[in-house]
Amino acid sequence: MRVMAQMGMVMNLDKCIGCQTCSVTCKQAWTNRAGTEYVWFNNVETRPGQGYPRRYEDQEQWKGGWELTQRGRLQLKAGGRLKKLFGIFASPVQPELSDYYEPWTYDYSTLIEAPLGDDFPVARPKSLITGEDTKITWSANWDDNLAGTSQMGHLDPIVEKVRRESEEKIKFEFEQTFMFYLPRICEHCLNPSCMASCPSGAIYKREEDGIVLVDQDRCRGWRQCITGCPYKKIYFNHKSGKAEKCTFCYPRIEVGLPTVCAETCVGRLRYLGLFLYDADAVTEAASTPDPKDLYQAQMDVILDPSDPAVVNAAREQGIAEDWIEAAQRSPVHALAKKYRVALPLHPEYRTMPMVWYVPPLSPIVDLLREQGHDAEAPENLFGAIDSLRIPVEYLAELFTAGDTTIISEVLSKLAAMRSYMRDVSLGREGDASIPEAVGMSEEEMYEMYRLMAIAKYDERYVIPKAHAEDAHNLEEMGCSLDFDEGPGMGGSGPFGEASGGPVPVAVETFRALKNRQEGDTAASDEQLHGRVNLLNWDGNGTPSGMFPKRGADE
Amino acid sequence: MNFLLWGVLPYVVVAVLVGGTMWRYRYDKFGWTTRSSQLYESRLLRIGSPLFHFGILMVLFGHIGGLVIPKSWTEALGISEGLYHFNALFFGTLAGIATLGGLALLIYRRRTTGPVFMATTTNDKAMYAVLVSAIVLGLWTTLVAVGAGHEAHDYRETVSPWFRSLVTLQPDVDAMAAAPIQFHIHVLVAFLLFSMWPFTRLVHAFTAPLHYLFRPYIVYRSRDAALGAGARAPKRGWEPIGTRDNARRRK
Repeated sequence: MRVMAQMGMVMNLDKCIGCQTCSVTCKQAWTNRAGTEYVWFNNVETRPGQGYPRRYEDQEQWKGGWELTQRGRLQLKAGGRLKKLFGIFASPVQPELSDYYEPWTYDYSTLIEAPLGDDFPVARPKSLITGEDTKITWSANWDDNLAGTSQMGHLDPIVEKVRRESEEKIKFEFEQTFMFYLPRICEHCLNPSCMASCPSGAIYKREEDGIVLVDQDRCRGWRQCITGCPYKKIYFNHKSGKAEKCTFCYPRIEVGLPTVCAETCVGRLRYLGLFLYDADAVTEAASTPDPKDLYQAQMDVILDPSDPAVVNAAREQGIAEDWIEAAQRSPVHALAKKYRVALPLHPEYRTMPMVWYVPPLSPIVDLLREQGHDAEAPENLFGAIDSLRIPVEYLAELFTAGDTTIISEVLSKLAAMRSYMRDVSLGREGDASIPEAVGMSEEEMYEMYRLMAIAKYDERYVIPKAHAEDAHNLEEMGCSLDFDEGPGMGGSGPFGEASGGPVPVAVETFRALKNRQEGDTAASDEQLHGRVNLLNWDGNGTPSGMFPKRGADE
Repeated sequence: MNFLLWGVLPYVVVAVLVGGTMWRYRYDKFGWTTRSSQLYESRLLRIGSPLFHFGILMVLFGHIGGLVIPKSWTEALGISEGLYHFNALFFGTLAGIATLGGLALLIYRRRTTGPVFMATTTNDKAMYAVLVSAIVLGLWTTLVAVGAGHEAHDYRETVSPWFRSLVTLQPDVDAMAAAPIQFHIHVLVAFLLFSMWPFTRLVHAFTAPLHYLFRPYIVYRSRDAALGAGARAPKRGWEPIGTRDNARRRK
């Protein structure tokens, strides 16, 4: 047993309102550069829908992920090593810009510079690829909220599959349709096929936290990773000629801050924490013959951090105490393994993804409510989960390789939580038979409710800092205030103006922001009042309010 | 003159090639890429690029066969001069035409596909000019030989001994000087190509990923602690978004 730590994420899809805040903040943080205009490390798809890039889930077309050879060995779906090398001069199945969209901007300056005339000036769309006038025909979320689904809904590969396998048709009529949002980032897989596809070996998994990164200095732009990733979450920067991907905001994770997408999520639906897993068991688990057993195989690879044997093995592997302790408190471990309500996205790709999803109960609740039923009564909900086959089958194709029993179990737990907690919230006696029906105790149900519904900041994010020996360097406060002279933004490093390492912009508000995020009450005026915004500082002297009062924050 | 061209220049070229490559590798790893344009256009690339690349690999092996392996070795193996010559000319012509055809298709694509043309730098254009000249001149030497039949100049008596003598640091200037003019020009253009090599996108050839065949699928690496502070120094590739006309207007 080789115990390794993996930073993981769980998203509770019932809470996602599809506002795209995560997409926008992620883009501002990571991909607002030339060459990455079309790159969305985080995107939110409406399902049913084609996704981004279009129809990326159709692996017969895109050849992403792994498959088993006839002898049961794991092999890249796009072919073995030799075949990949021979295809290197022109990647056989790489999505083109038209499968994403042609990014554009607007010619805003005509709005203010156009000469006086009878017509209103308009800002014409300009292609960011050619610089010419363009016509906007598609984008990363063109089919948001089922837009155009009556015409294009059948293009969703999952819809195609569910239709093929059941006689019933997924209805796209307004009254009978269902929909939910699926936010997607890189899955930071345990068995990543992008990494296996990279001829240069530039993609690597960090030993400490399992984050999958592209070494920009070693990437040579062979583009095989783009084919290899079945989630199409590796993008080609067409200016630099290098592959780029979601970084799990590793600079933030290292200092114990949640990722930008999680931090800014208005629905507070994202959970971050550690998994401990057995690295030696990964390949074998990914080679499980029946795709429907892959979910269980993945669960078996994940170790119980409270098990003394696991803890000992983790210590032997040099995993620090605070990390083991964080793994024990990990919300993602609780949701995925303890309560078993979080599921991996497309386990059949055999990549062992580490971003998990709590499937949404709301499509079923909504359908019930529209039909005039009490959508929170347990018998109605349980009955609906059994009878509303189409949403359940659709979810099963996404999360369990088509196994509807697992989806039904998870949805039943969520339904039970809803029904049970309704009684409790209304001051009635909790009905112990409800949790019992889904194999849980009342205490467990309440704990799960706390984690999923109350979802306090420090319960959602349990992120141990990158390890202790250099943890003091990782404090954002530390690196800016260490100098004797007290630096400003771009202030004096050892070699004068603007030398030295980059200084994080959040520096002067870090403590106050942290307090606001973690505290139950709004940050007090006192903490924010009278502080100098360094962006507006003229560089002269040290005005009062430049530094926090000594000991005031402690 | 002959001494400068065939006795000194080769070593200058090697110095530039090796030194330049080392410099590039040390200071511009981020720029070391194929700069693929497949994202913009795939249809023509899928024909042109393999045609060119496999062609040029054949050309490379042909050159190694002709330049590095002495005539006496192949004769010892019982390969007659006629057979060698026929093979060299046949496969040489085939490879040359494939390479040139592929390159022509790629350049046509580059010129006619808007986004690909936009992504073409001056450096690329200069490199293409030299590359095309080198290939055309090489094909010319081959075709002249085909035309001359059995009377063709045997470069294994002139160019090849000179090439091998370069390695022993005893350049056989006279042997090379005796070769016909088409060989002289071809070699000079090749010198130019090799001196440009480290400073163009051609560097990607030096990192041909053959080790892919032997490395494990999953790569684990420790967090790079040297940078610390959860940040990395800003690097190239972080230019702001904008179209060209926006940038022009801003000025």
